[in-house]
Amino acid sequence: MRWLLLKDLQILRRSPLQAVLLVLYPVLIAVLVGFAISRGPDKPRVAFVNEVPQDTPFRIGEEEFDVVGARSELCERIECVRVRNRAEAIEKVRDGDVLGALILPADLVDKLESLGGLTPEQPTVEVIVNEEDPVKQRLVDDRISTLLAEANLRLAREVSRVGSGYLDLILNGGEFNLLGASFDILGLTRSAQILEALRGHVPAGGQRDALDAVIRFAALARQNLDLANPLLTSIAEPIKVDKRVISGETPPLDIFAIAVAATVTLMFVTVLLVAGSLALEREENAFSRLTRGLVSRSALLVEKVALGIAVSLVVTLVMLAGLELFVSLDWGRIGLWLIAIVAGGGGFAAAGAALGAAAREVRAASLLAFMVSLPVAFLSLVPSGAVGPALFDVIRFITALFPFKPALDAMTAALDETGPSLAAALGHLAALAAAYGLAARLALRRFAD
Amino acid sequence: MTASGTKAPATGTALEARGIVKRYGRQTALRGVDFNAGPGELLAVIGPNGAGKTTLLSILAGIVRADEGEVHLPRGEVGWVPQQAALYRRLTVEENLRLFARLEGHPDPEATVAEMLELTALADRRHDQVARLSGGNQQRINIAIGLLARPVVLLLDEPSVGLDPRQRARLWQFVRALAGGGTTVIFSTHNIQEAERYGERLLVIADGERLFDGSAAALRDAVSKEAPEAAGSDFETAFVAYLHHRGH
Repeated sequence: MRWLLLKDLQILRRSPLQAVLLVLYPVLIAVLVGFAISRGPDKPRVAFVNEVPQDTPFRIGEEEFDVVGARSELCERIECVRVRNRAEAIEKVRDGDVLGALILPADLVDKLESLGGLTPEQPTVEVIVNEEDPVKQRLVDDRISTLLAEANLRLAREVSRVGSGYLDLILNGGEFNLLGASFDILGLTRSAQILEALRGHVPAGGQRDALDAVIRFAALARQNLDLANPLLTSIAEPIKVDKRVISGETPPLDIFAIAVAATVTLMFVTVLLVAGSLALEREENAFSRLTRGLVSRSALLVEKVALGIAVSLVVTLVMLAGLELFVSLDWGRIGLWLIAIVAGGGGFAAAGAALGAAAREVRAASLLAFMVSLPVAFLSLVPSGAVGPALFDVIRFITALFPFKPALDAMTAALDETGPSLAAALGHLAALAAAYGLAARLALRRFAD
Repeated sequence: MTASGTKAPATGTALEARGIVKRYGRQTALRGVDFNAGPGELLAVIGPNGAGKTTLLSILAGIVRADEGEVHLPRGEVGWVPQQAALYRRLTVEENLRLFARLEGHPDPEATVAEMLELTALADRRHDQVARLSGGNQQRINIAIGLLARPVVLLLDEPSVGLDPRQRARLWQFVRALAGGGTTVIFSTHNIQEAERYGERLLVIADGERLFDGSAAALRDAVSKEAPEAAGSDFETAFVAYLHHRGH
């Protein structure tokens, strides 16, 4: 068998296009994934016009807002393109230089501050978008809406806090400053106490009855205003997110991206190589000669699977080493990587052998390998909840029949400890390798016809 | 070989086939074919397309299993040379020979490679990829690989297909030398003139039946008896008339 393996490697070396693709493919995938992971999604370019006079302080109640910090935070989320005025902003949006424009009007701070006062006015910001590209428009709308929702939430919390202070003043009394003058507020609690003390000195009859009515009102008002505080909080943040993870920890997104890239590489290299290499034995008319007592059909299959595993191991490790330029991988887990690559490679190689044995010609085998692998790989990446439950069950059934999903799980588990169960993935891959190996062996019975 | 150029009568049997039957579904490809071949004999299997020639050779080679009948090889193994060169075109001549010598379990594969290069007279092309060789040279390597098992019987399935006259002449010179060395060579061909020229014995098969087994001269005698109108024609015309007379 080793001589056949050596022969296949020699043939591979003599096929420049195939050899170059085998080297370039993982390098290209590694570079693309590396850039994608290390750069993150591009920020939308948004023209930013601030008409609020510089150094204007911003207070709600007694609290001063960090305007410079808020602006910096905003410009971390979007790429702020500074423009002088709204006319320039509109021009940039129209020309497509920016996806949209955010204009903060001059009276924004005054109106914001009024939210903490007794005569609140609703502040408004202006958003300008170019709707000629619906995808871009949606992106900008979503991003700016999210940012404004977050800003609104922060402001609402602050307004709620100030409002809560006023309520507390009404309930319990205290000092209140207005236009530089200081007032002492009595408060409902103290008012009730005073009225209760006076009640004993008021003769029974009409005046005491009236006093009792005032005392009851004060008690009722105090009780109801006590409820207003939590109500104010709920208005500020009506829905609070309580996220709970029920299916174990998930690995970081960059690790998952690396696992996907490694599994896609593993799949294409192994399935195409093994399917093509087996079909080549027939195209070169060597199959009949080999299986006339020199090599058994089963041994030939084992050799092809070994070829697939050996080549995919090298190619996938090269790809992972390439990714090391962009992200830090835990090389201490290389033992698990090797297990995952060998198991995944074995599953894909067996599937490739079955496809090659069924197709019997190199071109047909390559085409079949692409037609089967690519859609199944895409389907394997569909998350639960993205489609209806019945359709997802169908997808889950189909993807369980091909090694991509368990190979991806094995790769993810090998790369990060928070990944799915490695043992379950290896068991799944072993079962698939056995099933595809059997299918390939059966297909070889009519391979030479 | 005798001084007159004809071989001494073969003694013993290198291959014996008895009652070979092969069916593909409802179609019967071979209907109880019997024949034997002696050591060093050159036996041509001829017949029209679909007669069952390749099926017969495949059964003799052990690639296809017969539904009925037996093949006996009292003296040793059969070497198989398929119609299309069964070679790895991206490997060199030497690499192909070395690979199959290793797979055959030769104790010294390099010595075997050297021997086969000498036999095929392709030592100067040893480092050339097979894809760059002519069809004739590819067929010589193809036959050389068939000889690696040191067979007592060599089966050649239409060995001269696609070769030009000069390549054919070289090929037959090579094959005759093998037979002269004691290897029984059984070849199938469509080329009736070639069968007449190189086949010491002809086995005529049509529709899976053995119609004739004997020398070219004996076949001509049979033609003159059964189809006298074709007796004076060339061998191919006489052969066609014979088949027609036999209902094929």
